Amino acid sequence: MAAVQDGQLNLEVEKDIKTEITNDGSGNINASSSSPGSTSSGGKSKSPAGSGEDQQTLLAVLQFLKRNKLTESVDILRREAGLSADADDSPVSESAGAGSGGVPSVGADGGDANSLLSRVSIATPVAPPATAPPKVVAASGGEDQPDVNVVLSAYSQQGDPVLYPLYYNGLKKFIESVLDCHRAELSQVFYPLFVHMYLELVYNNHENEAKQFFEKFSGDQECYYEEDLRILSSMSKKEHMKGNETMLDFRTSKFVLRISRDSYQLLKRHLQERQNNQIWNIIQEHLYIDIFDGMPRSKSQIDAMSGSLAGEGKRDANKAKVFYGLLKEPEIEVPLDDEDEEAENEEGKPKKKKPKKDSMGSKSKKQDPNAPQQTRIPLPELKDSDKLDKIMNMKEATKKIRLGPDNLPSICFYSFLNAYQGLTAVDFTDDSSLIAGGFADSTVRVWSVTPKKLRRVKSAADLSNIDKESDDVLERIMDEKTASESKILYGHSGPVYGISFSPDRNYLLSSSEDGTVRLWSLQTFTCLVGYKGHNYPVWDTQFSPYGYYFISGGHDRVARLWATDHYQPLRMFAGHLADITCTRFHPNSNYVATGSADRTIRLWDVLTGNCVRILTGHKGPIHSLAFSPNGKFMASGATDGRVLLWDVGHGLMVGELKGHTDTIYALKFSRDGEILASGSMDNTVKLWDTLKAFDDVELDDFTAATGHIHLPENSQELLLGTYMTKSTPVIHLHFTRRNLLLAAGAYNP
Amino acid sequence: CPSPMESTMAEERRPKQCTVVLPTESMKAMAESIGVGQLQEESCAALSEEVSYRIKEIAQDALKFMHHGKRRKLTTSDIDHALKLKNVEPLYGFQSQEFIPFRFASGGGRELHFYEEKEVDLSDIINTPLPRVPLDVSLKAHWLSIEGVQPAIPENPPPAPKEQQKAESTEPLKVVKPGQEEEGSIQKGQGAISAEAKGKKEGLMRMKPRSTHELSVEQQLYYKEITEACVGSCEAKRAEALQSIATDPGLYQMLPRFSTFISEGVRVNVVQNNLALLIYLMRMVKALMDNPTLYLEKYLHELIPAVVTCIVSKQLCLRPDVDNHWALRDFAARLMAQSCKTFSTTTNNIQSRITKTFTKSWLDEKTQWTTRYGCIAGLSELGPDVIKTLILPRLTVEGARIKAVSEGPVVSNIDKIGADHVQSLLLKHCASVIAKTRPLPDNMEQYRADYGYLGPTLCSHVVKARAQAALQAQQVNRTTLTITQPRPTLTVSQSGIGGSGGSRSPSIIKVPSSLTLMSTRPGTPTQPSPPATKYIVMATSAGASSTQQVLDGSLVITLSSSSGSSVTSTVASATSTLQPLVKLESRGAGGLGGSRPLQKYIVVSLPTSASSSLESKSGMLPPSSSSTSPISLEAGMKMDRSDSPGASTQSPH
Repeated sequence: MAAVQDGQLNLEVEKDIKTEITNDGSGNINASSSSPGSTSSGGKSKSPAGSGEDQQTLLAVLQFLKRNKLTESVDILRREAGLSADADDSPVSESAGAGSGGVPSVGADGGDANSLLSRVSIATPVAPPATAPPKVVAASGGEDQPDVNVVLSAYSQQGDPVLYPLYYNGLKKFIESVLDCHRAELSQVFYPLFVHMYLELVYNNHENEAKQFFEKFSGDQECYYEEDLRILSSMSKKEHMKGNETMLDFRTSKFVLRISRDSYQLLKRHLQERQNNQIWNIIQEHLYIDIFDGMPRSKSQIDAMSGSLAGEGKRDANKAKVFYGLLKEPEIEVPLDDEDEEAENEEGKPKKKKPKKDSMGSKSKKQDPNAPQQTRIPLPELKDSDKLDKIMNMKEATKKIRLGPDNLPSICFYSFLNAYQGLTAVDFTDDSSLIAGGFADSTVRVWSVTPKKLRRVKSAADLSNIDKESDDVLERIMDEKTASESKILYGHSGPVYGISFSPDRNYLLSSSEDGTVRLWSLQTFTCLVGYKGHNYPVWDTQFSPYGYYFISGGHDRVARLWATDHYQPLRMFAGHLADITCTRFHPNSNYVATGSADRTIRLWDVLTGNCVRILTGHKGPIHSLAFSPNGKFMASGATDGRVLLWDVGHGLMVGELKGHTDTIYALKFSRDGEILASGSMDNTVKLWDTLKAFDDVELDDFTAATGHIHLPENSQELLLGTYMTKSTPVIHLHFTRRNLLLAAGAYNP
Repeated sequence: CPSPMESTMAEERRPKQCTVVLPTESMKAMAESIGVGQLQEESCAALSEEVSYRIKEIAQDALKFMHHGKRRKLTTSDIDHALKLKNVEPLYGFQSQEFIPFRFASGGGRELHFYEEKEVDLSDIINTPLPRVPLDVSLKAHWLSIEGVQPAIPENPPPAPKEQQKAESTEPLKVVKPGQEEEGSIQKGQGAISAEAKGKKEGLMRMKPRSTHELSVEQQLYYKEITEACVGSCEAKRAEALQSIATDPGLYQMLPRFSTFISEGVRVNVVQNNLALLIYLMRMVKALMDNPTLYLEKYLHELIPAVVTCIVSKQLCLRPDVDNHWALRDFAARLMAQSCKTFSTTTNNIQSRITKTFTKSWLDEKTQWTTRYGCIAGLSELGPDVIKTLILPRLTVEGARIKAVSEGPVVSNIDKIGADHVQSLLLKHCASVIAKTRPLPDNMEQYRADYGYLGPTLCSHVVKARAQAALQAQQVNRTTLTITQPRPTLTVSQSGIGGSGGSRSPSIIKVPSSLTLMSTRPGTPTQPSPPATKYIVMATSAGASSTQQVLDGSLVITLSSSSGSSVTSTVASATSTLQPLVKLESRGAGGLGGSRPLQKYIVVSLPTSASSSLESKSGMLPPSSSSTSPISLEAGMKMDRSDSPGASTQSPH
């Protein structure tokens, strides 16, 4: 049942948790110790120093918990840490808890669908301490923090500050002198080295040397690191490093480089010959070099993939299998409609059943080999109304226009006028009957764009007078007096940044700066639940395509998976190094994609809570994501004005669409996936030929294995059309069931 | 707004990023404000670095909120939210009508910025009418595209943006750049340029862009309605039609038709001496020029001859002795000057060609008085420089000619009227220029020697102009404020942060664009001489009673004049950058240190009649007081905002 029934339920759940904590705590330990393999996404740490650091980090976390009187968590954590340290030498994750290894929900790897729900309660109380170290550190500012010092202490070993520029220059000269084929690869080392050398100088109070070092070499860095460099440049004192999130990101997570074996050997030999220990130490301690066998990559290949806050994703991180296929559609007995029968008369019946079956059958008859098991994630059962909607959907789908380069969609633009309050989020229902807008003045407004007006359910007193047996009871419960074209929902106390309709159109989700996600009923137009947990602005939220679940992500860098009837999250996805800026469900509801200000996209498995894909290549915070309807591809748009296309199954970038000049806030695939529409702050809607984009990519075994792809040079020929608005940034796009494109934005005179 | 920059730019900026910190003086001032007296220099330096770092941190977080708010402008609420993230109490309720709400005061060698906390009379607030309730959010749907083609409806942007029109007309053969390629693809769906763009890509043939001139039925109807209204008899309809021409963004396609209409219309009506129609047509030209979405360069070959005809034609009306065809000439001359300013380039040389044409026919002995008038009007509208170099040297000759008509044997009445008009025209334009350039004293005999017959009259005009400026200065001395034209808004405000040093006190005079628009727009002939607006910004010391002292501390600055091309252009450019435009300095500030000195800013707009005198006044000022150069005001002062029209009419948006 995809709904919160009432407040009582919440109370029950609360009781459950209290009792379950102790019981399930042990179960959790067993699970995680018995299956170290499930932490593979974090990668295996290679440096022996890593375990020591982890120990320190754990101690720091324990101290933090104690101070906050979370004794139960302390016990659990201590037991868990002690066990895992004894059982095997490989620590949970080298990324100091930032990796997915820290998520206790890895325990739920049994694949048992029911465990997902039953574990809800245990996952959360433990989760915050275990997953949050980077955030906790960052959030509580620069007071007294042993953990910060632990994190920073790695910088205490120092060489002569005067020699730093010499070291760097020496390496620069060396890299400039190597063969062309290696130069591009080795140049990747510059940026992380530069950052760490600078931070070391700053940490050891060599302020002037640090400044000189920065001025001398910051110009050499790639332009897409400019944003980070600016933050870095403002940091000139040791005190500044405390509580600086960017700094901690650099420190707590290793910068990942992909370098071919030959290039790596060259670098290693050079550094050892020169006895350049300073640089070698940094490379060993702060960098993760992912060595591969084969041809070194070209500059353009490297540029396409780099740009994220912490380097590229490790190849290991993208190895896990992703079931990107769609779930089988439930068989629905299509009741023969009177209207249709009239049209088709006697011979209609046999004819009609066939095409109906075909339209569904192509998907449903045989199981897609790439699809997850039907019951991998427990999904809500279909209600009668859902079935009706499905039937409507299918009927509409038969009238759908086939789009293509020669058959572009019409675009209907919904402008929000007089939106002085600042329109911050928009969503359409799947059947395009309702529009919701989130505003900076904390309100949520819902409009009906069909002649059917919005009505409230009658009050309880009036409802008791209704004859419950009558046929039109659903009509009778509505209060005709409240009919209006739009309704305003009050409840948030900050700008509403994310908004999402439930698939059955009964609920609306909104996420806000006030740190809550709210669930609204579209029957009563009241708030049903406020989901608290983020504490910091929640940038985005979205309902699962099957309802019931939803995902939210925000400034606290943790994405949370919720079920509408649980007031605490089922899963917490931690690992991003900066704000999570957008969240999207995979069409099969088994995966969740999150885009972040750390310029990476991560794909998370809803069942295990693991991160199964890390996609790098954007040069700015990612503000929009979209899955293709077949679940195979994904598109992402960022502040850099570029749209990147991804193959979800292989974890590869398969296309780059250039043309926008400002942040892309909206992306949407047409219903059949032939066309991608992108909407941007630059007041344009652009249409792209995705069929061609995906066809052009040649995916042989080599590229699939190494992840090195050659992007087509010119994305202009994929551009099918550009449509400029007068002065309206495009912040949402939606394809109706008949493939009409709807766009929305606030007119900004 | 952090946008991906080119690496070269970034390199230039990076060294700066390292070093931008707040000045240590600010730390001292802040410490004093909370009661900490002597703060050591070192602590100040340490503090300023720390504070600068924290401010940058907050600004970075605030940017996140801007991005998620889907805006391009950072707002104060973004800062509030960023502070909230850091667990810092936000500055709730920060809002100011002004750009920068600080006041500046100094005395005894100390400088201070402070908030002005005005006493507010409650009854004033209660009695003021409530502002209009803002409209509620509403949804409006329109077709952005129909099967790949963008319909030409008001909700959509005009099919060809001005930049593209300009590019087409100035560099028709240029290979499409990546940026313009997008525009090409806009048209792709419409099939207008696609073939041509392809041709360019393949490098086969470089052909001039072929633009379609077929009008849709609606456009034809519109064209018919508009042209009929423009030359029809109903003035209300005409105003509406002209308004439409001046604002409608979708006229690009119809431009050739309009151009031909005007050019043909002038040709026919000049022959028929139909003054009214000529005026209507010139007003159409003006409306077309006012339309911000049109770029007329391609049609100048039709429009300029038409306009010039209206300036210099021998006869424009049936009864030259009665009808006021002079106003039409003035109006057309202003149009000409405007188009010279907008479209003259090194390649087309419009201005010099036009100047040559005017000069040539003016120099011709046989030229009629009417044409002569037109030539002089056309030249003098081109600006003071032209007047100085071309008209002033000819004053003697022209004076002799006028003398021959007015004092000689009576010829035709028409000639006499013509000579009179030429005389007054010359006096009007030359007096202002001379008042600016010629040093005192104004000696009647000297003038006669320099300028011949017109000398004495000219002298009296110049004297009058200078005297009027002085008189205005006297009038302004009153504490009350007279505003003859309250329409243009002008804000006088003061910045405490603008200067990097923070020690100076530049005062910003923001001139909204509406003002410049108004002043550059030539008046229509039906209202022949619109009262030109002049602004005087004065700093007077209210405490001081003696006139002499006030005059010492006061400055007169001319911000804009109605038609002078050079003056307005400087104002326009200054407005666009929003730099501190005028800074005032009062001399002898040291003497005012003891008692709290009060300086009042008075903003006055003056009618045209005052113009010449004003300029003569400004001629006496030290060179630094010209309208563009900054003068800084060091005496303490108090803005009298309630008196300035700008502060009260400008609403925060």
